[in-house]
Amino acid sequence: MSNATTLAVGFPDLSKMTVARQPHWRRWLAAAAILVTLAAIGRAFANGQIEWSYVSRFLTARVILEGIVNTMVMAVFAMALGIALGVVVAIMRLSPNPVLKSVAAGYTWLFRGTPLILQLLLWFNIALVFPTIGIPGLWSARAVDVMTPFLSALLGLGINQGAYTSEVMRAGMLSVDAGQYEAAKAIGMGRLRALRRIILPQAMRVVIPPLGNEFIGMVKATSLASVIQYPELLHSAENIYYANSRVIELLIVAGLWYLLVVSILTPLQMLLERRFARGFSQTGR
Amino acid sequence: MTRHLVAIRSISKTFGEFQALRQVSLDVSAGEVLCLIGASGSGKTTLLRCINQLTPVDSGGIWLDGELLGVREEGGRMHRLTERQIARQRLKTGMVFQRFNLFPHKTALENITEGPVQVQGRDRQEARSEAMELLRRVGLTAKADAYPSQLSGGQQQRVAIARALAMKPMLMLFDEPTSALDPELVGEVLSVMKELAQSGMTMMVVTHELGFAREVADRVVYMDHGAIVESGFSRDVLGAPREARTRAFLSAVI
Ligand SMILES: Nc1ncnc2c1ncn2[C@@H]1O[C@H](COP(=O)(O)OP(=O)(O)OP(=O)(O)O)[C@@H](O)[C@H]1O
Ligand SMILES: [Mg+2]
Repeated sequence: MSNATTLAVGFPDLSKMTVARQPHWRRWLAAAAILVTLAAIGRAFANGQIEWSYVSRFLTARVILEGIVNTMVMAVFAMALGIALGVVVAIMRLSPNPVLKSVAAGYTWLFRGTPLILQLLLWFNIALVFPTIGIPGLWSARAVDVMTPFLSALLGLGINQGAYTSEVMRAGMLSVDAGQYEAAKAIGMGRLRALRRIILPQAMRVVIPPLGNEFIGMVKATSLASVIQYPELLHSAENIYYANSRVIELLIVAGLWYLLVVSILTPLQMLLERRFARGFSQTGR
Repeated sequence: MTRHLVAIRSISKTFGEFQALRQVSLDVSAGEVLCLIGASGSGKTTLLRCINQLTPVDSGGIWLDGELLGVREEGGRMHRLTERQIARQRLKTGMVFQRFNLFPHKTALENITEGPVQVQGRDRQEARSEAMELLRRVGLTAKADAYPSQLSGGQQQRVAIARALAMKPMLMLFDEPTSALDPELVGEVLSVMKELAQSGMTMMVVTHELGFAREVADRVVYMDHGAIVESGFSRDVLGAPREARTRAFLSAVI
């Protein structure tokens, strides 16, 4: 080590010292301020006119549990419909066919451009426009019978979601290198097969974080279906407080359930992300 | 005279204002190895892409194995083939890209079996054992389950060659297969290609590796500004070029 000693001449020898930990005074102060604020808010709620016994009693009431199940069922089905539509519309939008392109653009424009609650009400009241629906000569039914709250909510939420998801999917597909399309073509794949086997699986890696976001949004958006009598969580809570006037207590019950569900979704998203990261890093197997 | 596997008749291609190919005609016989050389922008990649129909030609025709590519003549007019028909025609050619373009979400083995299983509908087990044989040929038996991100550039390119060969093409197109590689990795890819040439595969290779062209190619084609300037036996074109432009290019490269 003669070289090192020569270099060190005239400089203090730092080789034995360690770097001291920096005191983070400002972080401690900020944390303390936040804790004090939270405690004050908590105290206000504890002393306010809230009967906590009602909260704990109704947290697991049958109607509430049915409500959360209906909420999750609707969120999952509407999101599935939204993703299916989103993929199809994104593919149409990226196709060279101008007719498909404009249909896709028009769909996104229409359903992204109007309020979701308005779309839900329109689906629910569609009987006012088309009293009977069906396939001429094969099957027909009265629209009021077909457009149950469930179906109206599913169509309203799913079709609206599709308009947003198509943009997420399109961004994901554009993020895949153009060389991948060419390599897929070069082994004889047609456009659709290349999309399904090569492009979409790679796009998934990019779209899962925003889709997770959208799904969390969907869980909460199902509460809008309460206006068309779909018995989801908020609707159930409302029905109870119409009877017992415990408004705040039941809103807290609903809020706690939404928070719980969303908290469970985050780690699930992590698992999915890891699944689709396959092959993209040295360790991600 | 040997039968021409590839017959290219006065094809032209313009991108906007820019003419990338001017009336290019070229024949390639079965089993022949042809190297395309030329300055950057001279149209070598475009020519290969036209043969594989990744780029449609503006005029002229390309015949592969006696079949006109991309269009069909009917009632005195030309009609473009459907995408499905073009995909079927592409099965006769394999293509190796400068930047490998392996599928990053699939292992080396899956990259190779993807075409045979998904496109040709071959039996999965059979495709796997053929893929293993191809991996052995390119010297990567141990890497069957590695993802592309776990392979060196040279290994990725060898997998890409195996992927193209798995489709059992009659013509292999190589677009500068070694120019994205570190110098010490070039040799392993070239030796795989040389072995392939010796096995009788018809190959069209765009390359700047003149040593490879001299040793392996039957014929060398020199292109400039979208046109073929000179073509002939490799020892003639590389050793005693007739055209001044070829001479200038070769002296600049060496
Ligand atoms: N899709 C395209 N759009 C517009 N111009 C293009 C396109 N593809 C190629 N060109 C142009 O055509 C010319 C020929 O390109 P080509 O890639 O065939 O050259 P090359 O001989 O392969 O060059 P290099 O040695 O740099 O790869 C270039 O000037 C290029 O800019
Ligand atoms: Mg090129």
